[in-house]
Amino acid sequence: MTTERPPFTRLGKGLRRLEAVDKVTGRANYTHHVSLPGMLHAKIVRSHVAHGRLVGIDTADALAVPGVYGVFTGADILKIIPEPYYGPAFHDQPILAIDKVRYVGEPVAVVVAESPHVAEDAAGLVQADIEELPAVLDEIEAMRSDVYVHDSLRPAGTFADLKHLNGIRDTNVALTFGVKKGDVEAAFKTAHRVFKNTFKTHQVMHVPLEPMVSVADVHSAHAYVYTASQTPSFARTEIARLLGWRENQVTIKTAFLGGGFGCKLYVKLEPLAVALSMLCQRPVRVALTMAEQFYTITRHPTTFNIESAVDENGRILARRCEVIWNGGAYADIGPRVTQKSGFTAPGPYDIEHVDVTSVAVYTNRPPAGAFRGFGIPQLVWAYESQADIMAREMGIDPVEFRLRNVLSDGKRHATGTVMKDAAISQVLNRVAERFGWNKPFERTTGRFRRGRGIGVGIKACVSPTTSVAAVSVAADGSCSVQCNTVDMGQGSDTLMAMIVSEVLGVPAESVSVVNPDTDASPYDMATLGSRSTFHMGHAVRLAAEDALAKLLAMAKEVGVERIDPADLGTLFVRKFGMQAGTVIGTGVYKPTYQSPDKNTGQSEDITPNWMIGGTAMEVEVDTETGMYTILRMENVVDCGTALNPLVVQTQISGAAIMQLGTVTLEEMEFDEQGQLRNAGLSEYKIPGIQDIPRAIGREAVDAYQSNGPFGGKGVGESATFGVASALAAAIEDAVGVRITQLPIRPEKIWEGMRNNERAQL
Amino acid sequence: MSTHHIDIEFELNGRPERRHVDVRDNAIDMLGRCGLKGARESCGQGLCGCCTIYVDGAPASGCLYPAWKLQGKQVETLEALNTAGGELDPIQQAFIDCGAFQCGFCTPGFVMMTRKLLEAHPDPTEAQIEHYLSGNLCRCGTYPEITAAVRLAAKRAGARD
Repeated sequence: MTTERPPFTRLGKGLRRLEAVDKVTGRANYTHHVSLPGMLHAKIVRSHVAHGRLVGIDTADALAVPGVYGVFTGADILKIIPEPYYGPAFHDQPILAIDKVRYVGEPVAVVVAESPHVAEDAAGLVQADIEELPAVLDEIEAMRSDVYVHDSLRPAGTFADLKHLNGIRDTNVALTFGVKKGDVEAAFKTAHRVFKNTFKTHQVMHVPLEPMVSVADVHSAHAYVYTASQTPSFARTEIARLLGWRENQVTIKTAFLGGGFGCKLYVKLEPLAVALSMLCQRPVRVALTMAEQFYTITRHPTTFNIESAVDENGRILARRCEVIWNGGAYADIGPRVTQKSGFTAPGPYDIEHVDVTSVAVYTNRPPAGAFRGFGIPQLVWAYESQADIMAREMGIDPVEFRLRNVLSDGKRHATGTVMKDAAISQVLNRVAERFGWNKPFERTTGRFRRGRGIGVGIKACVSPTTSVAAVSVAADGSCSVQCNTVDMGQGSDTLMAMIVSEVLGVPAESVSVVNPDTDASPYDMATLGSRSTFHMGHAVRLAAEDALAKLLAMAKEVGVERIDPADLGTLFVRKFGMQAGTVIGTGVYKPTYQSPDKNTGQSEDITPNWMIGGTAMEVEVDTETGMYTILRMENVVDCGTALNPLVVQTQISGAAIMQLGTVTLEEMEFDEQGQLRNAGLSEYKIPGIQDIPRAIGREAVDAYQSNGPFGGKGVGESATFGVASALAAAIEDAVGVRITQLPIRPEKIWEGMRNNERAQL
Repeated sequence: MSTHHIDIEFELNGRPERRHVDVRDNAIDMLGRCGLKGARESCGQGLCGCCTIYVDGAPASGCLYPAWKLQGKQVETLEALNTAGGELDPIQQAFIDCGAFQCGFCTPGFVMMTRKLLEAHPDPTEAQIEHYLSGNLCRCGTYPEITAAVRLAAKRAGARD
């Protein structure tokens, strides 16, 4: 940490969210509340089978219902959009099913009516005739099955690295990505010990409390789309592509999101809403219920086979990783999760010989995509669980085992990229310190046993991506930011205002951040993967600096020596003779990047930054029931400089609590036919206030990201990384039961304890 | 299958209100048309608390409450806390001061239930906080700050008394 850190005036000191009053008074603007004059309401009719040929759809009864405006199927969509397939990596998902259905819940038809109640009633009268085909649900089975979810692969033309997959038939493998380094075979032969384990994760859903919603109004050869989206820029590009229109014929407007977590990315309901508005010549609202969200996008179930060769000192010499991602019926962003997170499968460790295979697989389940962590939580769960197993078997303290192996700055990651500004050991040490890892620990011996666990994970910031921003200074000197970063609770608007404040000297509270609107705000790749602080932070910084340069030039022109941030308006009056004019600064940011080698996955520059998260837990297990209580949870991250420490704190504990829900309570349960048994909150429980650990600690280590804006980088996901493995380790420490398949349920612990008892007899 | 409408009269945030409602409308559908957006439907099963309103003074899940059943009732929503548009309610202020929300979609429900909690238990125990707020979900996981906000609001109210 020798980098010189410039002093801050505004950043680094906590600032409450700019929209705080609107949020506590219920006046904050969400797409949920958008209502347009003459707006119709859509209700989606969904497939009741996991895989089948669509023989016909009888819409007559639904059409006869008073108040129904229209009932539409894939055939109707084809009339206005000849190639109605969308997706960010593969163009494989039809707006409404055509020929085939590929998962239970897939949209096959839609009823549009004057009221949502009528649409709902009539949707129940639509009869889809589907000839059932055998379905494949499990990712391992799908690798060797002769049941194919898609007849052939349809990669999106925009990605050069996917082009070779075009038209490949008779496979469920959408993509395979590898990282190869050193001589793994040889290293395994010379190893002191070899550990081979399999870890599994389950399917979960984001459950944003504002359910997905899009309203489209297409008229005069222009599509206006109001949508709860994390990707307004992508949505514009994708809608324009589907329609064969120019991008400037499509307007995407978002508002605050009532949660996103990765489920409101790319396009989801937007293409359907646009198509329906075109078919009906009226504004149409497509709004999902909580239950329907479970049939829209989810988190990948995974199988991770991990094999490690270790020397007698506990140094990891070589590692083989095979990660199989169950992407469900449509690729969504799964192939990118497979690649961009897949290459971190060896973990935060300095391992000379590495062989990673990461495979995206289609199955007949609801699609999986981005979910807070972008695949990293699944990977950390496996490699940190194995670290615990190895440390235990070799009699090495888990922290010590990790410290012997972690990557430090200057070392090469498995991809060949030299680590920089990645405070891995600092995070690990700080978690241990906060937890009191080296203090005596009382495990107790009675019915209730205590245990503890610790771990750390890393994520590479997704690359290469671009952010563009504008900072406008009005004639009275007030400033606004135009950018397409979507504030879904992570406090991005507030941070962008703070950055403008830092550069221009105006109070952050006075800066207005415009809700994303593709007619007003420039391009941004997406609000995902904790990339906004880094990428958009830079773009807004550059835009503010550009605005400042223009203001300085203006000051010189009108003979003002020093500009006063509190009175920028003077410059405009002097130049234009009245309160008139606008200064617009622009900023474009795209970090450097080198594509990984096709064969080896090696790259000198795989990511602009690494995000680090560590967790420690203390748990108490009831040996009679397997029920457990998390007594303490400590979470520590490296987010570079905490630019808005108040929001950083909340993001750390929020991410950990959300992840804890997916580890302890949540699981989408499917039967053999691929029917989801628990769509909706009555049977899919997310954490409530009574479900969180008794004590929660959080901290961002004192770190500096030298290529980040003001030393900062992202934080929204880091605290998810270490949660699952730390809990499993704590349970093993307490009662000797090793969980290898999430979620961690009391019944599994109970069963494990009974098995252990029987083994002792 | 056809829809029926009915006229109802009730009191909304202290003012008389008359509405023409679809018998299928729930309270949230109707309140939205009244321009009140604080209570909002999320889970549709009365489990998340986003739609919390008071009916005759008692908390209710607006998403499960048929609009027509509000005939003759007193209905109160989050907006009643600051109709004058001036100062915030101390609970709202405490939520801001503690940073007790992220996306903010669940916040109105939490504020409404915190109000009921502090009415009944001005100095609530941990268990009382959990009991009153267990029907409200925050997917952003802001519970530590929410608990802090409840305590701060209670403390400030105690200091005033």
